[in-house]
Amino acid sequence: MKFAGLLVMPAGFLLAVAALILFADPAEQLGFVLSGVAVEALGLGVAVRGFMLASRENRQ
Amino acid sequence: MTPTLPAAMSDALFALTLALLVLSPLTIAGIALINTGLGRSRSASQSLLGNLAIVAVTAIVFAIIGSVFAGSLPGGAGHIFHMAGKPWNWLGSGPLLMRGLDSAPAQSQLGLVFEFMAVALAALIPWGSGADRWRLVAGCSTAAVVAAFIFPLAAHWTWGGGWLAQLNANFGTGANFVDAGGAGTVHVLGGLCALAVIWITGARRGKFPKEGFSTAMPGHNAAYVLFGCMVCLVGFLAWNLAGAILWMNATPATLPRTAINTLLCGSAAIAATFAVTSIRFGKPDASLCANGWMSGLVASTACSTLVSPAAALFIGVVAGIATPLLVEVLELALSIDDPSGAISAHLIAGLWGLAAAGIFAPQHGQMLAQFVGIATLLGVFLPLLFFVLLLLNRFVPFRVDADGERIGMDLHELGGGAYPEFVIHRDESYR
Repeated sequence: MKFAGLLVMPAGFLLAVAALILFADPAEQLGFVLSGVAVEALGLGVAVRGFMLASRENRQ
Repeated sequence: MTPTLPAAMSDALFALTLALLVLSPLTIAGIALINTGLGRSRSASQSLLGNLAIVAVTAIVFAIIGSVFAGSLPGGAGHIFHMAGKPWNWLGSGPLLMRGLDSAPAQSQLGLVFEFMAVALAALIPWGSGADRWRLVAGCSTAAVVAAFIFPLAAHWTWGGGWLAQLNANFGTGANFVDAGGAGTVHVLGGLCALAVIWITGARRGKFPKEGFSTAMPGHNAAYVLFGCMVCLVGFLAWNLAGAILWMNATPATLPRTAINTLLCGSAAIAATFAVTSIRFGKPDASLCANGWMSGLVASTACSTLVSPAAALFIGVVAGIATPLLVEVLELALSIDDPSGAISAHLIAGLWGLAAAGIFAPQHGQMLAQFVGIATLLGVFLPLLFFVLLLLNRFVPFRVDADGERIGMDLHELGGGAYPEFVIHRDESYR
């Protein structure tokens, strides 16, 4: 789960890059870039949760 | 690839920038004091020695390898690939071992000095987060990897004429990604590295017991921490002013605003943290106020040149309110053991500063450019850092053994403590 979250994050970056290539309108570009940041935030959230659960299992 | 800087710089501006760069290591000294003060007394000597060692390792490795990839000095054409008809300058190609330094343009020489300071600071930030359990040799190895490959990539993209510095020319965004003081390249990168180190090393023993809440492990010396904050103010002022001159071609007339905004951001942040902790706990908390102060200064590194003083105040207040709340959330809800608070004070404050620069800058298109930069920092560098450091952990184990953690890093790694005349207290964390 933690690795999956981290592997999702580059997808958000690729969305941001795609926005620059695919769209000419700055508003559309910004919307797509923000979607990319949101995907990264989701990936980060999954990774944080994965590490949190692992940490709870290893508590002493 | 030559950085996108004007060809000429007056002697007076050269001397001013050099003087500022000479003052900028005060940030490193301040953060070293903060890292040490927020750790435990039995690891103080190892912590301060680690700070020095990391600065030394990054300087040597960056001189030999990193400066080539950062492309700070004029050299090769840089590594460019074309996609969708656009050039993507993704890696620098400077001369090996900084050949031709003396004959390089003045701005390139000073830019290289700036990067030497920046890489040391970026590698120092995770050292405080791994306090009391991260081995010295592992900290130095991580610093070497950051200085050789990871920081140069970010520095080239942002400062060395890489693709983030050419967004407007290639994609018509209206502005380029701006990070004059290193909020992204130094603080966000350092904070991401800190997060990766915390995930790999795990929490300090006894920090999160099997039952109940996390154990409070307060820093051993609040005086170090607060004095470090004061030292940092000088360093951040120098850092922001030098960055404005080097990376934004700021004129001398705009420099006083940059200095005032830096001070306002830090001041507003500590005032906000003071108020939040007073309301939350009944009394202001010294270490959280220190973190609030740092978060304000870190946020200022992205935006102090671009925004108005009123906006700087607002940016500082938001950073100062968010920091103590985030420290609690990270520790209590997310089980992240970050003794120095690097994730809230560097990573999140740096991201906020970058976003605020886009929101409050008067230039059209700045917000788009800033969010492209944020997406790049998060989407590329966190996975890259984590998997590279996970691999490094296989060869150089990060975490000290249980016995070493029990007796303290000073005795275990150095054979002597920082305070040999002090009575050793019972360890409350072993229950």
